[in-house]
Amino acid sequence: MRTGAGRGGVGLLAYAIFYLGFLYVPVLFLPLFSFNDSVFITFPIAGFTTQWYRQMLEDSAMLRALANSLEVGAITAVLSTILGLLAAKALTRYRVPGGNALLAFTSLPLFIPDIVLGISILILLNTLGVPLSLITVIAGHSLICVPFAITVLMSRFDGFDKSLEEASLDLGENGWMTFWRVTYPLALPGIISSLLLTFIVSFDEFLIAYFLAGSDATLPIYIWGQLRFPYKLPAVLALGALILVASTILVVIAEWVRSHGMKDRHKMVGA
Amino acid sequence: MSDEDFIRIDRVTKRFGNVVAVDDANLSIRRGEFFSLLGPSGCGKTTLLRMIAGFEFPTQGELYVEGARITDTPPHLRPSNMVFQSYAIFPHLDVFDNIAYGLRRARLKKTELAARVNDALAMIKLEGFGARRVDELSGGQRQRVALARALVCRPKVLLLDEPLGALDKRLRESMQIELRQLQKSVGITFVFVTHDQEEALSMSDRIAVMSSGKILQVAAPRLLYEEPNCREVADFIGTINFFDGKVLAPDTVDAGPIGTVHAATADSPGGKTLVALRPEKIVLAADPVPGAIRGKVIATAYLGERSHYTVAIPGREEPIAVSGQNAEKIVAKGHSPGDTVYLSWADGAAVLLPCD
Ligand SMILES: Nc1ncnc2c1ncn2[C@@H]1O[C@H](COP(=O)(O)OP(=O)(O)O)[C@@H](O)[C@H]1O
Ligand SMILES: [Mg+2]
Repeated sequence: MRTGAGRGGVGLLAYAIFYLGFLYVPVLFLPLFSFNDSVFITFPIAGFTTQWYRQMLEDSAMLRALANSLEVGAITAVLSTILGLLAAKALTRYRVPGGNALLAFTSLPLFIPDIVLGISILILLNTLGVPLSLITVIAGHSLICVPFAITVLMSRFDGFDKSLEEASLDLGENGWMTFWRVTYPLALPGIISSLLLTFIVSFDEFLIAYFLAGSDATLPIYIWGQLRFPYKLPAVLALGALILVASTILVVIAEWVRSHGMKDRHKMVGA
Repeated sequence: MSDEDFIRIDRVTKRFGNVVAVDDANLSIRRGEFFSLLGPSGCGKTTLLRMIAGFEFPTQGELYVEGARITDTPPHLRPSNMVFQSYAIFPHLDVFDNIAYGLRRARLKKTELAARVNDALAMIKLEGFGARRVDELSGGQRQRVALARALVCRPKVLLLDEPLGALDKRLRESMQIELRQLQKSVGITFVFVTHDQEEALSMSDRIAVMSSGKILQVAAPRLLYEEPNCREVADFIGTINFFDGKVLAPDTVDAGPIGTVHAATADSPGGKTLVALRPEKIVLAADPVPGAIRGKVIATAYLGERSHYTVAIPGREEPIAVSGQNAEKIVAKGHSPGDTVYLSWADGAAVLLPCD
């Protein structure tokens, strides 16, 4: 038994290493070549340099695109999390007639190809005569992010006893104060997860942004445009490496919040 | 408004779609009393309590506390506080903040707030537990925190929805006594929901028995047990034997196999009635007694301080339940299955109920 399990274990380990390698080695090329003293992305490594980072910082168009993406991501995250919060609370707390159908309907954007969504919104905006800008990108991104927010927040709301809110009302707090003193703190881990998730979804979204951005490029659009010029590529790698570090930090925070939230979810269920 | 009508429930009906959860309920609860709503699961106790708390609103009818109409007052403006069946302790707050929750709005000075919370902690015998996380508490302690959290607000009415339901038997019994003492010492009107008839009988000043949304009888425990007003109440509270009776005279009823029974009846001679007799009112004797009915023991159950007997009598298919105190040691004696016994009872032991 033991040896059998051991052999299976070795196979599994090899598989896991291969899988993780396949997943992460290409990603690790990014920081590696961002410090490589050559325009060409080929082995052997030519030498160490930080010039690409300097070039990146001097490239105002790239920084503008980065700022645009951060702005779009942040606003999209807040907007879709607020909408998701209201929807999740309604769907878990009240008997909404046709609630399931409604839920399926709001999740639809998850299943429609982004390219179809992008074109449809573009046609709609053109028909209405709305000029393209970052605002239209935010609208498009919110559309695809709300289902993510609802899913994350609903699982959080499902976990807590509705009599907690009633207890607060019973102890003399009105609806708003009850939201502030009970619902919000208990939903907070879900809110943070939702903000991070929707931010990341928006930040690296390309297709919809490409259709709706007008003259203001977001970062993915800008990078796409730069791929034509080989000499600009190393700076893109430098930026990519920085984003990699930042998103790793974000994911770690998100995971910490989630597991922390799980812990006091046990508290709530065990109540 | 008199103290009799401290809480008044006036022809209240609550429907959920087709379900009539509470059906035309009328109730007056006195100031300072321990009042219980008793009935089987699903009979509408929680719904009635939640209407008093303000979490449900009547489909019809009115509610008053101290003469003031509260029928559509939202819960946070009502003079009542509630102990929830699940306790609903806030998981993100420690014990102190849970108890202080309802006081934060009162804008008390910090020292006064702390004093009141600490008094409440002392009342529930959890001194020094203020900084505890609530997930470190046992079921009984959570129950006490829920109680303190409600009482610290000094409500006019405390509503309790099966608060002892989740506790084990031992703890439950000691909490029954403690809760009763607490109610007497704080003097607040308690409205207590339970499906446990012994609990209701032992704790309450008065009890309302409910069934399928209707209030059947409101009375003190002793009266409810000795003078039930209908078959359902008699059946729900304790064990009871029923016999079909025919009225012979204003104070005499022919109860078939058990002979004639003397009890006052409003029915005219010839009318039908239901004769109800509690098991412990029946005396069993091994030797013939004048006027006794002969029967045969079918089964016995020894319960320590008393024994239950199932006795068959001629002319009746259903056996009769009899229970007797074991005043003497019955190691050798006692009635065994197969024994012939003689059943008798005192005049007035039987109750006459309307047939339904
Ligand atoms: N929110 C609700 N929606 C629909 N039906 C309900 C609701 N609350 C209670 N009921 C129904 O009303 C009846 C009485 O319920 P309840 O008051 O909880 O009874 P009890 O507390 O005596 O067990 C039950 O048939 C129950 O299913
Ligand atoms: Mg109930």
